[in-house]
Amino acid sequence: MLNWLKSPASETQVTHGQRLWLYLFAAVIMMLLVLPTLIVIPMSFSDSQYLEFPPETWSLRWYRNYFGSAEWMQATATSLKTAVLTMLVATPIGVLAAYALHASRLPYIRAAFVLLITPMMVPVVLIAVGAFYAYVKLQILYTITGLVLAHSLLAIPLVVIVTGSALQGFDMNLEQAARSLGAPRWRAFLTITLPQIRFAVVTSMLLSFLASFDEVVIAMFISGGDNPTLTRNMFNALRDQIDPTIAAISTIMILITTVMMVLVAIFGRGKT
Amino acid sequence: MSVTDLHAAGLRRDERLERWKLFGLASPAILLVLVVLVIPVGWLFYVSFVGADGNFSLENYERMVSRKSYLRIFVTTFQVSILTTALCIVIGYPLAYFISQLPTRWANLCLVTVLLPFWTSLLVRTYAWLVLLQKQGLVNQWAISLGLWDEPLKFVHNMTGTLIGMVHIMLPFLILPVYGAMRAIDKDYLKAASNLGASPRRAFWTVFFPLSTPGLFAGSLMVFVLCLGFFVTPAVLGGGRVIMVSMKIVSNIELFVNWGAASSLGVVLLVLTVIILWIASRFTRLEQMAGGGH
Repeated sequence: MLNWLKSPASETQVTHGQRLWLYLFAAVIMMLLVLPTLIVIPMSFSDSQYLEFPPETWSLRWYRNYFGSAEWMQATATSLKTAVLTMLVATPIGVLAAYALHASRLPYIRAAFVLLITPMMVPVVLIAVGAFYAYVKLQILYTITGLVLAHSLLAIPLVVIVTGSALQGFDMNLEQAARSLGAPRWRAFLTITLPQIRFAVVTSMLLSFLASFDEVVIAMFISGGDNPTLTRNMFNALRDQIDPTIAAISTIMILITTVMMVLVAIFGRGKT
Repeated sequence: MSVTDLHAAGLRRDERLERWKLFGLASPAILLVLVVLVIPVGWLFYVSFVGADGNFSLENYERMVSRKSYLRIFVTTFQVSILTTALCIVIGYPLAYFISQLPTRWANLCLVTVLLPFWTSLLVRTYAWLVLLQKQGLVNQWAISLGLWDEPLKFVHNMTGTLIGMVHIMLPFLILPVYGAMRAIDKDYLKAASNLGASPRRAFWTVFFPLSTPGLFAGSLMVFVLCLGFFVTPAVLGGGRVIMVSMKIVSNIELFVNWGAASSLGVVLLVLTVIILWIASRFTRLEQMAGGGH
């Protein structure tokens, strides 16, 4: 231990001992990054009205509350439906766009790229207010269609960036070869290019799902009536009181996110 | 004109056509962005210049300048954004440095602690802080039982809570680009500095730090821009005491149904965002700022 403290830690002859403060600091910050969220999990199994840690008596009370409530179930169904549909809408059109920008050498592609990633840059409140107005005119306010369109808008930059960077690592000559052997472009894309970028496509799908499932501000404006999302209801519940049911729902959401991240880690293991 | 020339012209035309056809594949995505984002936001732009009487007017912008309450909102917004960015730099830079010095295996493990919150729902994380920091929350309970303070302190429904929540949410946006920049630094430079007699401190400040500034700059601007338009965390943890621009936009529509007031605030917010992103884009590629590709 003492030797380790005295051993060099970097190229500039700093010893581990001199860097001890940094190690402690980093450990504390990493704990602060992760633990506050995780602590909700054991709390959600508490029997008490007041969220306590560690819980004195354990129970599934708040989960029963959640699964027994028609309102929460309906909101969950809306959120899941919207997220799945967003994934199915945003991924294909985003992948197509990324491919188009990569393969077409028109001078406008930089402008088109910037346009496609603007949804990530514009403050989300503005998108929400704008969509609210547009949906009243289009008469799709409070519909799943409207939600899917708005959430796909948010997901497109993610898909375009992830797929675009995968395409950059793909040798387009392979597709050329297939085409010179007589395959039409769509077939060359489906059989040669797509399998090469499949990790990026799967990652895009999972990110689109999460982008929709976690979204709050837009949903506050354009979901409601028969179709409020889970996040919208959670937000409204949060503003008023601290209902332990939210802890149970949060735990389920953390679980879903973790599963998604593990899937990304597994499928994203290609060179993307 | 010879036959080969005609042939070349035809080929060129075909190629142009092909490029346009390919470009057309992007049209569904472009159309979506136009219909759901560009046109509605363009309309908000227009509405912000329409007065109560339906004619062109600057009254929405005048109100922003003349009313104290609006001024306060902008001051609060900048205060929260600047403080959050500063705290993120102070906390995030050393952490990114620490991770960048580790062997790849360990570095990836530590990065998970940054990415896990990054992908966890914002609402869930905000809720977690609300639970921890409230009067009967864990932090107060533990501190009192340890004798750190006697009365429960107020951490939420004020500026403190807002800042804690915001810093927690924004840290990954700072750490990822800074870490990326640090990883790209050639360690031989530091060896060289050391060989030439620089103290570790001097080598860090004259060699390492300057090389990491592009990442730091990109990350800080990203955090600042995101803070400017933030809504959920200040709305929940600020408890009505911390009013930021985005919250005023929401209340202008939900409570007062005043589109003119809401959209003029939105336009100012958008213009600020665009200016900052434009500055940032001169130093780094925009897609990298958003942590894309990580």
